[in-house]
Amino acid sequence: MEIKKGIAVSPGISIAKSLIIDSEDYLIPRRSIDTSQRMHEIRRVRNAFRNAIEELTRLEAAQDQTSSKIKDIFAVHMRFLHDRSLRKKITDLVQSELVTSEYAVSNTLRDIASHFTKVKDAYISERAADIYDIERRLLKHLLGKKREDVAHLTEEVVIVARELSPIQTAGFNRTFVKGIASDAGGRTSHAAIVARSLGIPAVVALEDLTALVSGGDTVIVDGNRGIVIVNPDEQTTEQYREYSREFEELEHKLDTIRGKPAETRDGVKITLLGNIEFQEEAEVVLEKGGDGIGLYRTEFLYLNTDTEPTEQEQYEAYSKTLEVFGDRPVVIRTLDLGADKYTQSKRFVPEPNPFLGLRSIRFCLQNLMMFKTQLRAILRASVLGHAKIMFPLITNRHELMQAKMILHDVMEDLADESIDYNRDIHVGIMIETPSAALTAHSLARDVDFFSIGTNDLTQYTLAVDRGNELVSTLYSPVDPAVLRLIRTVIQDAHKSQIDLSVCGEMASEPECVMLLLGMGVRTFSLAPPMLPEIKQVIRSVTIEDCNKVARKVLSMSNERHISSYLRDAARKILPEAF
Amino acid sequence: MNLDKQYIGTKAGKETLEKVVHEMEVEIKNSDGLHMRPAMQFVDIANKFDSEITVSNAQTNVDGKSIMQISMLAATYGSKLKIRAEGPDAQEAINALRELVEEKHFDEPMPGR
Repeated sequence: MEIKKGIAVSPGISIAKSLIIDSEDYLIPRRSIDTSQRMHEIRRVRNAFRNAIEELTRLEAAQDQTSSKIKDIFAVHMRFLHDRSLRKKITDLVQSELVTSEYAVSNTLRDIASHFTKVKDAYISERAADIYDIERRLLKHLLGKKREDVAHLTEEVVIVARELSPIQTAGFNRTFVKGIASDAGGRTSHAAIVARSLGIPAVVALEDLTALVSGGDTVIVDGNRGIVIVNPDEQTTEQYREYSREFEELEHKLDTIRGKPAETRDGVKITLLGNIEFQEEAEVVLEKGGDGIGLYRTEFLYLNTDTEPTEQEQYEAYSKTLEVFGDRPVVIRTLDLGADKYTQSKRFVPEPNPFLGLRSIRFCLQNLMMFKTQLRAILRASVLGHAKIMFPLITNRHELMQAKMILHDVMEDLADESIDYNRDIHVGIMIETPSAALTAHSLARDVDFFSIGTNDLTQYTLAVDRGNELVSTLYSPVDPAVLRLIRTVIQDAHKSQIDLSVCGEMASEPECVMLLLGMGVRTFSLAPPMLPEIKQVIRSVTIEDCNKVARKVLSMSNERHISSYLRDAARKILPEAF
Repeated sequence: MNLDKQYIGTKAGKETLEKVVHEMEVEIKNSDGLHMRPAMQFVDIANKFDSEITVSNAQTNVDGKSIMQISMLAATYGSKLKIRAEGPDAQEAINALRELVEEKHFDEPMPGR
């Protein structure tokens, strides 16, 4: 039995056999196999070589008029794949050390590569890159099988991975994927957000978990306490079965408040909306008693396929969600791509600093055809329900005016074609950069609403990558610097009498919700599964309590003191929620 | 250039003539050394022969038919390698490999020319 502590990112408890997904970009951890699996692993090595050779042959044939340099690269790779002594080195490692074929391939080729990097001659040492290429090609074939396994599951599993992408996570079948545990990641990494939306228990930042687990081991994921247990003994398993039952009861209890209003004890009505990306999540919002959608992410349309989605495909996706919600609001955020693997991998040269690069609204303003297609689809769907448009990552007034101008162009086009759309559609922006927060008073003149995206606002204000476990402890939305910006935005929205909501992770943390209520926020948008819990929080507090908390916190200058003060305050006011 | 000819295992009788061993020392003459493309040319030629071919530098002996092993010699310009061929076509193998390394220098430029 092995117990690992990580960060709990999605609540719930699961007990199931592990399925390991590795990524060829990362170091494959050393994992042992049983003596009886030796022949199987050796066969897998042979198959990987065979498949890699086939793939390379195909690629080579598909290249017409290639330069002789590229031909040489293909030829060299081919020689390596046909090299019996290389293959033998790998299968010998499987035999003698009883390790998985993935590990044997990775270890052997990295050994060779490091041999090259040590050579002083630059021309030869650069050849290490070829060896890494060959490693990736072989791993792709070894890991490809497991990726297919994930798509065709027939039994319940816990997914164990070094790191998961949001797309991988979104593709998980909720019936069989019962839990997620990963080495990397933080509370606000995108995969964590997706896991939470789908209601799959997840623990991240487990550092070397992948090295401790072999495929098929029994794993407990405790998404409430942030603990993962590998091969638990009987007593522990029994204890966790009990926890799991209790948790389900609590969930059930929370579900009973679904029909009750989100109102504070002193009678102030609060609007609770859901953050969604996928159609399935829209249903979860309704199940959990949400008042609408405060953040409809549209990236999935672009990430699930290699080609850009057509206007009709987008129109259909938006229509479905709008129809489900009727006259309740659905805030559709325009494309927020960039700074992620997907756009970067499509680029010829990756951006050196993608988070400060061409992402989000900037990307849209430079890809007008694509942007206009999305706006047309939203506008056409706008007659079917209560749609609003939201632009992400606005950093200055000029960008906002440009985006609005393009929206008007699209409206005129539609009018010319006599296509119906909602002429009074509300247009708002995400406030998620310090520059937008600091100029909120001027931005407020040209929009109908603000939505504070606390994740990016925190990340850009504190200059911390929320997914980097080396610095993720510095990331805190209740840092005094972030809170000052949030206060400015709230005050400016109130002065201009425009709507304001908070749609970052902060809106789903009970202690932060108290603080935000005290700072004047009346609309929250959060991950759908968290809706009942936050409604419970709202129904347990008075605005007066919250005002006191906010006054106190805004007078404090130390993030740690603020965090612990908020925890204490929440414990006093909301005993049941903790 | 150093050309040896040895006969081994004379006592066995019949097979003696096939157990021919040839050895020769060659020098890398192209400026970029024995990087990937030359290594590929080397093993391609070595693989045309039935003889076992080993290549050695001061530290190690490697299989002349394996691109992994040959490229790992990381022989730079001016390094000297000993090629040893053992088998029925040892002589031809040695000649072909010498031609590639020293005369054609892998069809690559030599320094200062």
